[in-house]
Amino acid sequence: MPRLTKDEKPAVRFTLNGRAVSAEAPPRMLLSDLLRHEIGATGTHVGCEHGVCGACTVQVDGAPVRACLMLAQQAQGCDIRTVEALAEGPDLSPLQAAFREHFALQCGFCTAGILMTFDALFASQPEADEATIREALSGHLCRCTGYAPIVKAALAARNRIKGGPIDA
Amino acid sequence: MKPAPFDYVAATDLSEALDALHDGGSDARVIAGGQSLVPMLNMRLARPTTLVDITRIPELSRIEAKGDQIVIGAAVRQATLESWPDLADRLPLVRAAIPWVGHTQLRNRGTVCGSVAHADPSAELPLCLLALGGTVTLRRRRKTRTVAARDFFQGMMSTDLTPGEMITSVSIPARKQGTGYAFREVARRHGDFAIVACAAIARPDGSSALTVGGVADTPQTLDLPADTTDRDDRLNEFAWHLQARDDLHATARYRRDLVRRLGRTTLKEALSCRD
Repeated sequence: MPRLTKDEKPAVRFTLNGRAVSAEAPPRMLLSDLLRHEIGATGTHVGCEHGVCGACTVQVDGAPVRACLMLAQQAQGCDIRTVEALAEGPDLSPLQAAFREHFALQCGFCTAGILMTFDALFASQPEADEATIREALSGHLCRCTGYAPIVKAALAARNRIKGGPIDA
Repeated sequence: MKPAPFDYVAATDLSEALDALHDGGSDARVIAGGQSLVPMLNMRLARPTTLVDITRIPELSRIEAKGDQIVIGAAVRQATLESWPDLADRLPLVRAAIPWVGHTQLRNRGTVCGSVAHADPSAELPLCLLALGGTVTLRRRRKTRTVAARDFFQGMMSTDLTPGEMITSVSIPARKQGTGYAFREVARRHGDFAIVACAAIARPDGSSALTVGGVADTPQTLDLPADTTDRDDRLNEFAWHLQARDDLHATARYRRDLVRRLGRTTLKEALSCRD
């Protein structure tokens, strides 16, 4: 049975945005800190660190979860996607482009987490209606942009992803 | 790093987990989804010296129908139960309540039994377990015991769980013919902790029960016999009996009012959806 003492720092191996990665983490290290401090993937932001704000939301095996409420060691063998996975080179993903077009961000602190929630939502429910979008968004706090432009951007992105008209 | 240091055991079967809990004594804790425990670690409200991770134990990841009981293993995530195909048919009360448990991002990792172990007074799953007369199965290295939910929840975030022991499953009685179930909740935002949560069960003989969370230290039940003619008076008495307190989220008076009004609506809904 894998038993780690508090000072041990064994490697955590997992897939990050399609690439196999490995980083050392003592048992008490959070996944959010592993991503940012050990791997240098700083696209994932850290806000409240107790699961309320949603800024650190990443996808673990396809499901959006809080990176601040998961121990790095629990990520062993998982498939993790962060906001860095969305754009292809200089090209924004349809979801990111919709956020830009609809002024769905100002400071951008909450954006990375919201994008990962919507990315997972549209992957599992391409037809998600506005109520479903708002329900998914309720797990995130935005303190400057306001939610209306975010909902608008999400609706536009949904339409674009399923190949419908661009504006909701 | 926010949590205080701890040793970590990723158990791969139940006996490993029970051994680690036994060896760790009173400072060992179980971690599964971590959605209640990790915030407490991050704020250092909890400082366990050993964490025993049970999420990789296959035998704890099952939902099973055993006769009229639905048995939910300790590693079953809330999102897994939410998408269990038989949920609406077998556990209609849980079906109605589970969208209110945190947000989808939390249900994706949080477990059903973890919420029961945490025993937050406003949590929906402990409320459902109590309302339906469920039981909690607890194991330690050489002993298994089953405790009724009403005996398991002892106070605010306080349960019958003892050092060296863990929840291995909860059993919830499945839907009974001719019985109606309803759930309602008021929170500031959907997904926030309940200010008042109500679960109502209406039986074929016309009797009913209302269980209320978010007010007293543990969910409390009001039983109403079939021949009740003074329901509103009893609801009022019950609302006072719960000894609501003022806090940041709501005044005691507002909570009492919600118990009366939301309680009545929930009871009516349960009575009207008996099948």
